[in-house]
Amino acid sequence: MEKTVRILNEEGLHARPAGIFVKKASEFSSVIEVRSGGVSKNGKSIMALMGLSLEKNAEITLVANGPDAEAALKALSELVEKKFQV
Amino acid sequence: MKLLGKSASHGIVVGRARVVLSEALKIEAHLIADVEGEIRDFRAALARAKIRLEAVRDRALKTLGADKAAIFEAHLLILEDPELVDTTEHMIRERSLNALASYSHVSQAAAQLFDAMDNEYMRERAADVRDVADRVLRELAGVGVADLSELQDEVVLVCRDLAPSETAAMNPAKVLGILTDLGGKTSHTAIVARTLEIPAVLGLRHVTELVKTGDWVAFDGETGEVEINPDEPTRARYLQRQEHAKREKLELRALVGQPNLSADGIRAELVANIGSPLDLAGVLNYDAMGVGLYRTEFLFMDRLEAPSEDEQYHAYKTVLEGLAPRPVTIRTLDVGGDKPLAYLEIPKEDNPFLGYRAIRYCLEHPDLFRTQLRAMLRASVHGNLRVMFPMISSLEELLAAKEHLEAVRRDLLSKGISVADEIPVGVMIEVPSAALISDVLAQHCDFLSIGTNDLIQYTLAVDRLNDRVQHLYDPFHPGVLRLIRTTIENTRRFGKKISMCGEMGGSDLHLPLLLGMGLQEFSMAPTSILRLRRQLRGWTLAEAEQLAHEVSVQSSSRAIESVLIRARARKSVQGDLKI
Repeated sequence: MEKTVRILNEEGLHARPAGIFVKKASEFSSVIEVRSGGVSKNGKSIMALMGLSLEKNAEITLVANGPDAEAALKALSELVEKKFQV
Repeated sequence: MKLLGKSASHGIVVGRARVVLSEALKIEAHLIADVEGEIRDFRAALARAKIRLEAVRDRALKTLGADKAAIFEAHLLILEDPELVDTTEHMIRERSLNALASYSHVSQAAAQLFDAMDNEYMRERAADVRDVADRVLRELAGVGVADLSELQDEVVLVCRDLAPSETAAMNPAKVLGILTDLGGKTSHTAIVARTLEIPAVLGLRHVTELVKTGDWVAFDGETGEVEINPDEPTRARYLQRQEHAKREKLELRALVGQPNLSADGIRAELVANIGSPLDLAGVLNYDAMGVGLYRTEFLFMDRLEAPSEDEQYHAYKTVLEGLAPRPVTIRTLDVGGDKPLAYLEIPKEDNPFLGYRAIRYCLEHPDLFRTQLRAMLRASVHGNLRVMFPMISSLEELLAAKEHLEAVRRDLLSKGISVADEIPVGVMIEVPSAALISDVLAQHCDFLSIGTNDLIQYTLAVDRLNDRVQHLYDPFHPGVLRLIRTTIENTRRFGKKISMCGEMGGSDLHLPLLLGMGLQEFSMAPTSILRLRRQLRGWTLAEAEQLAHEVSVQSSSRAIESVLIRARARKSVQGDLKI
């Protein structure tokens, strides 16, 4: 299953927000992918996410596959929408 | 032996050197028979590196604060990154290649991906990847990282350069000072040294070869002078200055939170000169009432293209927000042939200080200029912004610069982007012609700020960087002081604010003179604020005016300097002891 969200925080997906995202994603056993501009990256890898170089207003699609996919998508999309405030 | 390096963090230090060099790491590739054993070794190395890195993070949390410790959270995630780990294990399995060579290859490739990105921030992340990779490789090879966390005695660290994780791991209580071969004022080591208030001189090139562990070293972090194995009198002089500095620091700390008032209650603004959002901590720590000069050129240096509007906006916003409601004076780009930025295509000039620089360049490159102005105005709603134009020499230049500012403001408002209602606009007085027409300029702006470093060099026709004429560079010259007096009087006559940035603004010797001339705002290095506050509190306005009069009737620099030194001594307020 998948869900599309928009990056809202000013600095985009820099090290700090990418780190927060990866930590959250790693709590789930599902495979998590982040798709943007035709590329799909491992959502549990900070290197892969920073490599996407996503700026504010970029649209990304979160894809989750596995037993806790629904919970993972909900938690991660909320995280992005709340500008990675935890 | 005497060396001269780059001043990075102020302070006087005398102590024994501890030369710290990491053992060289050799990466050799070979085939392995026991693949599973190699993978176990790799995972064990990752686990050991993780334990050490967590210790670094915990120490950084305590000594540097959560903000700077955050980078080590990112390092931990890089360490355990599934892409790096899985790719390495895959390579070990598929190619029967040893873990050291496999991980080295994979981490290098990852770092190079960041190197290639078109975004400065991301390019800097390559250094993080290499820092983490170095830890893992050293664990794998059994070659230790220089361990700074277990220093027994107080030492002066002498090293090639310090990686972020090394500076965070060191126990600052044991580090008297830092000397390095590499690096400069804006390098990571310099910033950390200033944050921890450890004196440092960087960029000494061969100091690790010239100094041995156990040697005596004495240095001045402000001038960049370093003495290796100084003779007894030199060492005694440094020790005396060090003692004096220690006592003074304690005395000055007591002035934090006190108002900037003269003995008879006249208020002066003592504000800070900064070069980046990283200097915010110093501004707050030394209790500056705002920023009188934010030099934006550092944002433009050491890179391949100009910073984007957004990148500038973030930097300006961070400073404005961090200090609100205190005023922050941002100076527009001040570059020229002396500090060439490749992408600006300013040609090398024979005489860059009289050349194509600062406002002259900006007015001919409206895209660059307006991008910066837009970033400033967008950030203006987050604090108390003032805009200042450098190197103005005529009214026409000021009017042209103001037109750009107004056009940008109208454009932002028409797009529904908010801009602060009142943004004071000011002119830096650095060129003698500007000082002489300061009455004209004052009628077309809200404040003037005297930039003494350039004003002195232009008034006396002395190139600051030319050793042969350095002795003619003279902040007591009556001609310079007359121009300053004229500027102050002209500005106040039209009810505008008058400020000073540059070295003289932070000189405790000049403070009573300038106060007596009518200067209202003094902008200086954050570390000078408390010393000037103490000086200010010792003077009444009438005494300062009397001193200004006494100075105005002297005819030579030497006479003026001695009047000021006697005046300071009368107040028995000691300045910095000079050797």
